[in-house]
Amino acid sequence: MSKPLQKRRFPWSGRWNGAIGASALALILSSCSLIEIEDAPLSAVEPRGPFAEQIDNLFWPVFWVAVAIFVIVQGGILFSIIAFRDRPGRKEPKQVHGNTKLEITWTVIPALILAAIAVPTVSAVFDLTECGDDAMTVEIIGHQWWFEYDYPDLGIETANVMVMPADQEVCAVMTSDDVLHNFWVPALNGKRYLIPGQETTLRLQADEPGEYWGHCAEYCGLSHSLMRARVQALSPVDWDAWVSGQQAEATEPAEGTPAYEGLLLYQNLCVGCHTVDYGPDSEFTNIRTDDLYRGPNLTHFASRNVFAGAYLPYEGLSYDDALEQWLANAPEVKPGSFMPNLGLTQDDIDNLTAWLATLE
Amino acid sequence: MTTTASRPASTIFRRPRATEGFWSWITTTDHKKIGIMYGYAAFFFFIIGGLEALLLRLQLAGPNGDFLTAAEYNAMFTTHGVTMVFLFVMPASAAFFNYLLPLMIGARDVAFPRMNALSWWIFIFGGLFLYSVIFFGEVVPPVGIEDAQGVVVSGNIDESDQTLLGGLPDGGWFLYQPNAGPDYSPGAAIDFALIGLQILGVASLISAINFIVTVFNMRAEGMRLLRMPVFVWMTLVVAFLLLFSLPIIAVALFMATFDRAFGTLFFQAVGGGDPVLWQHLFWLFGHPEVYILILPAMGIVSEVLPTNSRKPLFGYAAVVFAGAAIGFLGFGVWAHHMFSSGITPVAQAAFGLATMTIAVPTGIKIFNWMGTMWGGRLKFNTAMLFSIGFVAMFVIGGLSGVTHSIVPSDWQQTDTYYIVGHFHYVLFGGAIFGLFSGIYYWFPKITGRLMNERLGKAHFWVQFIGFNLTFAPMHWLGLQGMVRRTWRYAPEAGLGPWNFAVTIGAFTIALGVAIFWVNWIYSKRKGEPSGLDPWDARTIEWTIPNPTPAYNFATPPVIHSLDDFWHQKYREDEEGRPVRREDADDLVERLDHEGRNPKSKIHLPAPSYFPFIMAMGLPLIGYGIIYHTSIVGKALLVIGPLITIGALIGWGIEPLEEPEDPDLHGDGPGGELVGAGAS
Repeated sequence: MSKPLQKRRFPWSGRWNGAIGASALALILSSCSLIEIEDAPLSAVEPRGPFAEQIDNLFWPVFWVAVAIFVIVQGGILFSIIAFRDRPGRKEPKQVHGNTKLEITWTVIPALILAAIAVPTVSAVFDLTECGDDAMTVEIIGHQWWFEYDYPDLGIETANVMVMPADQEVCAVMTSDDVLHNFWVPALNGKRYLIPGQETTLRLQADEPGEYWGHCAEYCGLSHSLMRARVQALSPVDWDAWVSGQQAEATEPAEGTPAYEGLLLYQNLCVGCHTVDYGPDSEFTNIRTDDLYRGPNLTHFASRNVFAGAYLPYEGLSYDDALEQWLANAPEVKPGSFMPNLGLTQDDIDNLTAWLATLE
Repeated sequence: MTTTASRPASTIFRRPRATEGFWSWITTTDHKKIGIMYGYAAFFFFIIGGLEALLLRLQLAGPNGDFLTAAEYNAMFTTHGVTMVFLFVMPASAAFFNYLLPLMIGARDVAFPRMNALSWWIFIFGGLFLYSVIFFGEVVPPVGIEDAQGVVVSGNIDESDQTLLGGLPDGGWFLYQPNAGPDYSPGAAIDFALIGLQILGVASLISAINFIVTVFNMRAEGMRLLRMPVFVWMTLVVAFLLLFSLPIIAVALFMATFDRAFGTLFFQAVGGGDPVLWQHLFWLFGHPEVYILILPAMGIVSEVLPTNSRKPLFGYAAVVFAGAAIGFLGFGVWAHHMFSSGITPVAQAAFGLATMTIAVPTGIKIFNWMGTMWGGRLKFNTAMLFSIGFVAMFVIGGLSGVTHSIVPSDWQQTDTYYIVGHFHYVLFGGAIFGLFSGIYYWFPKITGRLMNERLGKAHFWVQFIGFNLTFAPMHWLGLQGMVRRTWRYAPEAGLGPWNFAVTIGAFTIALGVAIFWVNWIYSKRKGEPSGLDPWDARTIEWTIPNPTPAYNFATPPVIHSLDDFWHQKYREDEEGRPVRREDADDLVERLDHEGRNPKSKIHLPAPSYFPFIMAMGLPLIGYGIIYHTSIVGKALLVIGPLITIGALIGWGIEPLEEPEDPDLHGDGPGGELVGAGAS
């Protein structure tokens, strides 16, 4: 056993392997620590609220246990490869058929480790399932391919951007209007299905004001990858301002302006699906109720920084350009889109854009 | 038997006699020829599935990619999954089962040779049926459902999205409802997937029954259950998993097909159906399916590691029972695919714990493989490298799997690239590395030649590096929030650099597979002749000449112990070290000679046309169901069953042997086979 290692190595083995492996590992580890949530807004390992935090606290200990087992097993394999390789003069090995004590050991120890992991797992499952008593309810309804957010206690209905007060629990009560969707804001909690005909709940809470990214996580048809979400957590002052802003009706643009032309276009083309609330006395008020098919409520369209399922705009494409592309040919931007290519002229688009800008 | 012999000779029902050429392959009932056909078909589909993966990776190489349209991307990830699971790994495993199982238990064929041919032909017709969708599919946006006023607002697609590849099935291999239902996936593509899988399931079910009966009835004298090679054990476990899980998916597929074709509402929420029920049924099959994919590779590794460590498998019984335990527990963990579906916390906790327990038998296997290598005299041929690669990579997949049993943690990871990374470590680093190991190891049994070692090692290292470059970063991408099945990701999401690395890795894997392909072609013609026992092996498939003669064993073997061949060659000294018997070389020479020169004429199962014909009817029925509203479809619904039932009748009344065959007397029961264990 104490003989020097054999000089001849098979190709590609040895030093190079080690060097490549070590540098790859270093690269991975360094990139992990360098990436902050600002650079990876969907990161699931940068919790920003108590529920995500609790999951994170569960994940990492298990991860390190896994790393320890990984090192033991891969170390054992590597040691075997080096120490027990066939080399000239090496005796035939003893024909060991097994070792009951050893086998019992490596059956029982993993079982014990798993039992230890099971305890906090089960308690966390129950902790994280039931919403707290003083949580604020937000109804989330999934559509192909955008999320609708309704605030039943506040009479607010919005889309794509979910706004919530910071440091306060929100109980998301979720369902779907069509296929399965899955609501996921990694910084705030794990994900949960939206199921047509059923109701699911998800606890959300952000410690600090900020914007958090989300995504539909269940494949939901052609434009699944473009069904995204933003969550904005606001300080108490901003939150109150937002609520009163959303509760206000939209203001009609003055006749003769491009925005007014846009409003007339809307009246012609968009009212089959979209809602805009100009108040009970306005001829332009058009409210699509729950049992009718609908697109996002546009009453406060301009208060949202993203649209088209929170896909637009993205880095490298300005808000105005994105909006223009979207109005010009929605199915080209978002395949399968329920908003058709309306065959608008450039003037129409300019007018609609001007009108949308009034919907603050 | 006598009734068959006295049956008047008929020209229609004469059994085919070709032993070479095209018709010999169409009509064969030889388990080896069937195995080879499975193998080539599997490799063909591996290439298709691999090309689909490369297209996916080109699309994802950078943020907001535009290499594929959304429809194409969705179709590619769907067909990649379906192809790799049902058309590559399963038939590749079937190739090993077919070729090796009779050899390893000392039989001359499987229990039901014609049924074996039937399952092969159903498989290949099913696969071709599935891919024939390319001639019929088109990109169709969701039609949506009626609103309260009876108005239907449909989705729209741009002209430029109407492409050939986009018309392939796009519901994901899991075909979640109601997205894959009639309202949200109109058009025929999903029907091809559902009925194609149904046909493939029939093939696997028939094989499973055949293998179970073969293992229980066809073993050579002295081949007790606990003397069977671990590979045979794993085949048996897989066969039972197939037997019990396939009926579940068959029912689910019928329900989904009926939803689409006839307006039943099993899974359509709009009519009160339950989309989550589909998930339960799918995963109740789908999770055992994972073990159906991995256990054959575990069996292969359990043969390759001992031979090349020159030690018996450490803890043989534990490995066997752990395999059976994995199969058993595999039926009780399906809902861990649905932790985010809103099932009750009690159910989540229960399935989380069940999932944890499965780690125990899996760990036992891994430690036993390490124990096998420990203290051995390791020969690093390519087969061994792939087996060690299997153990090392599978451990990673197993450990990341344990993190999914931490239910809340899974809420973050599920449906992200973390899962994609995890199951590729299990199914590529595990199953496919194991299969490659088996190909390098048993190649001489098929060809009588060794695969080239230099190319083999190049293949291993290129594939090993490419594999890790592809799938390791996926874990990190998943933790950074990259969701699965995503055609595009935002530039701001910070996912670009690692995705680019993954794409490089994918092409590195492709290079590795290309090297393998070259090696196969080269070695088949010019490889070094292997002789009878190239690896100094332990099990009895190496006691017969290479390539395997048509009759397998010239004389039925008699088994005296586990690793019987090894003990014929080696005795142990006082220290427990093997000493080669003086007559071992003579033994090998004698076996080679005797194996090539049987003393008397050996009966083999006669070829038959009917498995091929019978299988041909099934895809016709499939087209009939999909196009049942048209006159052609209605006609096919008549013609398809007529062909299948007609072939069944022909099968029933064709003579069991050619009547003029002089050696008819003395056949065993059933007359189809004189297997070593059948009399």
